Amino acid sequence: MADQTEVIRDRVRAAFESDTPLCIEGGGTKRFLGRAPAGEPLKVGEHRGVVNHAPSELVLTVRAGTPVADTQAALAEHGQWLAFDPPRHEEASTIGGVVACALSGPARPWTGAVRDFVLGTRIVNGRGDVLSFGGEVMKNVAGYDVSRLMAGALGTLGVLLEVSFRLLPRPAWDRTRVLELTAGEAIRRLTEWARAPLPILGACHDGERLHVRLAGAEASVAEAAERIGGEPGDGSLWESLRDHRHPFFANAEDGPPVWRLSVPAHAPPVDLPGSVLIDWGGAQRWVRSDAPGPELRAAAETAGGHATCFRGGDRDEPFHPLAEGLDDLHARLKCAFDPRRILNPGRLYPDL
Amino acid sequence: MAGTAALALDETARSVRRAEIAAELLTFLPRDSVLTEPEELRPFECDGLSVYRRLPMLAVLPDRVEDVQRIVRAAAGQGVPVVARGAGTGLSGGALPLEDGLLLSLAKFNRILELDPDRRLARVEPGVRNLAISEAADPHGLYYAPDPSSQIACSIGGNVAENSGGLHCLKYGLTVHNVLEVKVVDVAGRLLTLGGEALDTPGYDLLALITGSEGMLGVIVEVTVRLLPKPETARVLLAAFDDLGRAGDAVANVMASGIIPAGLEMMDRPAIRATEDFAHCGYPTDAAAILLCEVDGTEAEATAQVEEVRGVLERSGASEVRVAHDEAERARFWLGRKSAFPAVGRISPDYYCIDGTIPRKRLAEVLQRMRQLSAEYGLDVANVFHAGDGNLHPLILFDANRPGEIERTEEFGGRILEICIEVGGTVTGEHGVGVEKLDQMCVQFPAHELEQFHAIKRAWDPRGLLNPGKAVPTLQRCAEFGAMHVHQGNLPFPELERY
Repeated sequence: MADQTEVIRDRVRAAFESDTPLCIEGGGTKRFLGRAPAGEPLKVGEHRGVVNHAPSELVLTVRAGTPVADTQAALAEHGQWLAFDPPRHEEASTIGGVVACALSGPARPWTGAVRDFVLGTRIVNGRGDVLSFGGEVMKNVAGYDVSRLMAGALGTLGVLLEVSFRLLPRPAWDRTRVLELTAGEAIRRLTEWARAPLPILGACHDGERLHVRLAGAEASVAEAAERIGGEPGDGSLWESLRDHRHPFFANAEDGPPVWRLSVPAHAPPVDLPGSVLIDWGGAQRWVRSDAPGPELRAAAETAGGHATCFRGGDRDEPFHPLAEGLDDLHARLKCAFDPRRILNPGRLYPDL
Repeated sequence: MAGTAALALDETARSVRRAEIAAELLTFLPRDSVLTEPEELRPFECDGLSVYRRLPMLAVLPDRVEDVQRIVRAAAGQGVPVVARGAGTGLSGGALPLEDGLLLSLAKFNRILELDPDRRLARVEPGVRNLAISEAADPHGLYYAPDPSSQIACSIGGNVAENSGGLHCLKYGLTVHNVLEVKVVDVAGRLLTLGGEALDTPGYDLLALITGSEGMLGVIVEVTVRLLPKPETARVLLAAFDDLGRAGDAVANVMASGIIPAGLEMMDRPAIRATEDFAHCGYPTDAAAILLCEVDGTEAEATAQVEEVRGVLERSGASEVRVAHDEAERARFWLGRKSAFPAVGRISPDYYCIDGTIPRKRLAEVLQRMRQLSAEYGLDVANVFHAGDGNLHPLILFDANRPGEIERTEEFGGRILEICIEVGGTVTGEHGVGVEKLDQMCVQFPAHELEQFHAIKRAWDPRGLLNPGKAVPTLQRCAEFGAMHVHQGNLPFPELERY
């Protein structure tokens, strides 16, 4: 539960002085993600603990090294949750890790992404300055929104020290329905349902069946279940999907790589060799395929999105290339936060 | 008054400059899109914060994105700063022109380019009014959620630049939560696409960064918003309280109850009385404060929530709780809240709207301290605000014709914002910093944070040509303000204008 702010700041300052690249590590559970880690390890997992949880304010501030599992358990006691439903690929996964990697669970299209729930951050930038942005209030437009920018920056703009989140009450009622449908028909139905105010909190097609999670007040869940049809399903699916314990994700290192296609929800099923699991009501398509990267990227672009080689496979270019004009803007922003490129250099893109 | 970023030109030099840049713009723009005469420029001299006024060097009104790119390139080529402007309804002076700058009006970009009910999105030009989007979506049972009070007039481009909120953002989020994609012209004149129709994009979240950036990073030329299905029904409760503190506690209790209301608004006695005289909506004028709480969802859901909220309000000490029984009564409950600003405008020659946000649990305390300051400054305050998300809008009543009253009002407003910072809040919840809150930014942020903001600005706009002098104060300004702050109360001439 120790406050390691000064230790971390001093390490970054020393690295800035000596031009030493640092590899930021929380629980050490996401070494598979992004380009290969390089640099001296900067362990931040000891910087953990709840700084403030005000249940009536629906606000939580935690140190970045706090395990996701602990946080979820503490909030559940108050009937609250981080509604982006952070995945924990392993028990040691930390809050800092899910924010840096911008990982959101199956509820994301309906509740929001990591960045939608971030209210504030405390970071160490690449000069070793400890900086605070945002705060614990719901609305805050003072200065640029640096806090949300940290979500998904993979530690290349700053070392996360603390993150403040907006919390939501957990839905009182939670039911899963299963329908035997093809992927194409599932997407067609989801598109139709999206036009009505239904209490959907998850929608996943596993290749044969569409699983729909309904959550909210008892009466509206029952009403929606009737409208959607199908049979009662197993609610444990959502956690296994969130944490990648679902059999679809097994043997990522030996089997075909796990690709993540982020596309508009209504896009028709992608035609690729391998198996596909549709999550996020169609907006996130997991693909296990040995097809070459350019083929997957082309399929994602055709559908209006982008592709990430999430786990396994070639690590030279796991993330989708940036559009022209955005690449040099990224480089200049990196320089604005980390002029000597010492924070997770090359983890996101070679030049960052 | 706010300073400009660079030393002002003298009138002769400005005329030469104006002629040079106008000549270049007229090579590709029609005559009536380039305004240079004082009487033509007058409509652009201020935005919704009219205590700050300044004529731009010239104003340009293009109607094609390619022309915006050429205008920005031409201005940057001649080192002329550019201030973008939507509907000009902003309340922090973010669109205040620069006397040596080009005012870029996006008013002609007023077309809805695409509205697709199946994809639940609308792609619109930046000058499209906020409410026009919901009106266009309405036949499909959809709407655009953020609803700032100026939604009849304010433009979506300005909403993105300010990250606007509104009555219903408590449940449905701010602009940043409801925008999918933004196209911006950067200072080099390049057209960049940030975000997209997928739920995320590779690389940094530049869509989040541009939202609320107050025109400092790029000129917004297209916005794609997410549309939501309209809730089946909405119900509203009105609760009266004899005591301001109890009303504040009731807000915290509602939020802790496990319900997220669609809106939770508060008005204090001065606001209630001004409103009742103006709108006659049946508010209890003897109450110290009222709360308006809206819940929405399916019929069954809303009914259950109304009962639950009613219980919480009663247990919190409400002297009266009313539930609107039909749509007409619901509209009447909201009418007062929505006409509060003009109502206050009727009882006072001028008013000044503050926009701090605080943790909800400090509401009662902050309102109490505001009362004390009101007595100290001899200026009345009416409070009407978004209580559910702790976003205060105290209206300080003053008369600009009385010598020294503007200055006293500004100082009083500054003190309120400093209280907001002290209790862990912020100087602006939804109106932006603009030119108005530059000094308070010095109180809220230490030098390192401000330096980081300036570094972000330089990454986008190395020469500082896009809306310079707004949103983030220079360290020098903060040093001067800080020095003055120490001596506050001992100044020999408190009525003198300060820089």
